[in-house]
Amino acid sequence: MINILEVNETNKMIEQEMLDVRTITLGISLLDCCDTDLDRLNTRIYEKICRTAKDLVRVGKEIELEYGIPIVNKRISVTPIALVGGQACHSPEDFVTIAQTLDRAAKEVGVNFLGGYSALVSKGMTKAERDLILSIPQAMASTERICSSVNIGSTKTGINMDAVKLMGEIVLKTAEATKDQNSLGCAKLVIFCNAPDDNPFMAGAFHGVTEGDAVINVGVSGPGVVKHALEAVRGKNFEVLCETVKKTAFKVTRMGQLVALEASERLGIPFGIVDLSLAPTPSVGDSVAEILEEMGLESVGAPGTTAALALLNDQVKKGGVMASSFVGGLSGAFIPVSEDQGMIDAVNRGALTIEKLEAMTSVCSVGLDMIAIPGKTPATTIAGIIADEAAIGMINQKTTAVRLIPVIGKDVGDVVEFGGLLGYAPVQPVNKFSCADFINRGGRIPAPIHSFKN
Amino acid sequence: MNKTIITVVGKDAVGIIAKVCTYLSNNQINVEDISQTIVQGYFNMMMIVDTGNASIPFGDMARDLEQIGQEIGVHIKCQREEIFEKMHRI
Repeated sequence: MINILEVNETNKMIEQEMLDVRTITLGISLLDCCDTDLDRLNTRIYEKICRTAKDLVRVGKEIELEYGIPIVNKRISVTPIALVGGQACHSPEDFVTIAQTLDRAAKEVGVNFLGGYSALVSKGMTKAERDLILSIPQAMASTERICSSVNIGSTKTGINMDAVKLMGEIVLKTAEATKDQNSLGCAKLVIFCNAPDDNPFMAGAFHGVTEGDAVINVGVSGPGVVKHALEAVRGKNFEVLCETVKKTAFKVTRMGQLVALEASERLGIPFGIVDLSLAPTPSVGDSVAEILEEMGLESVGAPGTTAALALLNDQVKKGGVMASSFVGGLSGAFIPVSEDQGMIDAVNRGALTIEKLEAMTSVCSVGLDMIAIPGKTPATTIAGIIADEAAIGMINQKTTAVRLIPVIGKDVGDVVEFGGLLGYAPVQPVNKFSCADFINRGGRIPAPIHSFKN
Repeated sequence: MNKTIITVVGKDAVGIIAKVCTYLSNNQINVEDISQTIVQGYFNMMMIVDTGNASIPFGDMARDLEQIGQEIGVHIKCQREEIFEKMHRI
């Protein structure tokens, strides 16, 4: 039988160490909404989302109440809209109407974000996919809750450099289109290499075509819990350190698994995966950077940071995999800058640069995330950063992503506020040397060889 | 069997257990186990109760007990047992 110490341990994690379920994300396939008529397509999309997700927020709140565990976000991901809208949309403006429909549906069912305004162009691009990509700036400027993502490369296909170049321009245009809100549109736009089909985390969530009609995916969190557990083993060797992270990840994930199964049963929608990510928030004590510093770094960004992050990421997976029947999504440690107070502090004290963050992304989940850069950064430079990140993902067979915010009118030394979970960020300097001739070549980088691993 | 864990944390005072138990018995909720400790002067109690025959829904019970807690100056929380079971048992 459960004893009082175990009960107290769990409740301390929740009340003092900010343990929570970060998101219950309901994936909805919109493939059966496809139509040649745009109005009819919009109506069908709206109706399907409202019908499938009508109980999502209520069930989330019920679970929160009964188990005493906060579920911070209830969200929706949908089939990449470039695939759904292909028949009906003949211009970027047509796609914008779908974004607005999705936004209305998200507000109607009460979710704070809806992801899937996406295109998968890792090898080539159809006209519909190009139109969707061209519509992103306007779509982001005319909606509140829609998140967009574009997959521009994979280990199997190589990198679509035409798409990389285009996305460099689109990121800048999105920043320009939302400059009244500190270029917030870019905080809802992710460029992926090896994008997973079942990621529950925004802004990169979409419901992949390999998925069923509807699915429940859950993202757990808990950097504060790991940090606290490590405080008890200060100065101990790496074996003890790793065991501690692993055990903690197990406990955190078990809770996610429970919430996922409950939500799945109550909604009558199959359970997909638990995403084992350590997702920070701007609150003090809810930071991945603080975990790395607790391991013995004076500041995140110091030599040893990449090794510490690699260790953390691997142990989180090892502990989490046993705790859940299905693991998926991004699963690892997130290292956004604006959403993690420890990362912000490290940037401010000059310890953490974009180049070091890039190195860190080769061993953790996701990539260059929520980094504010000067608004005058050229599109080709942004494309170069995207290409670098995609190359790390392609060669290492892992997901990588870029979510940069070139803040129009701001430069190095300024601080930008995004609000809520998106936090705030100091504008970071970008390498000033040009890669324009490289980016302007056009075409594709071929898929890498899978032998001679050196 | 619908087991719920009720935790009571706060400054010790006369009648805490009595108040909680009276409420539970009025609503057909059976107490199966009680354990308590005093941690740094704070009263810390855990009850395992069976809500299988309860005459009220879970949400009402949680709200009522929270209210009773506020009246006597302690923090009362109700959670289904599975969250602890899953986290601490393989």
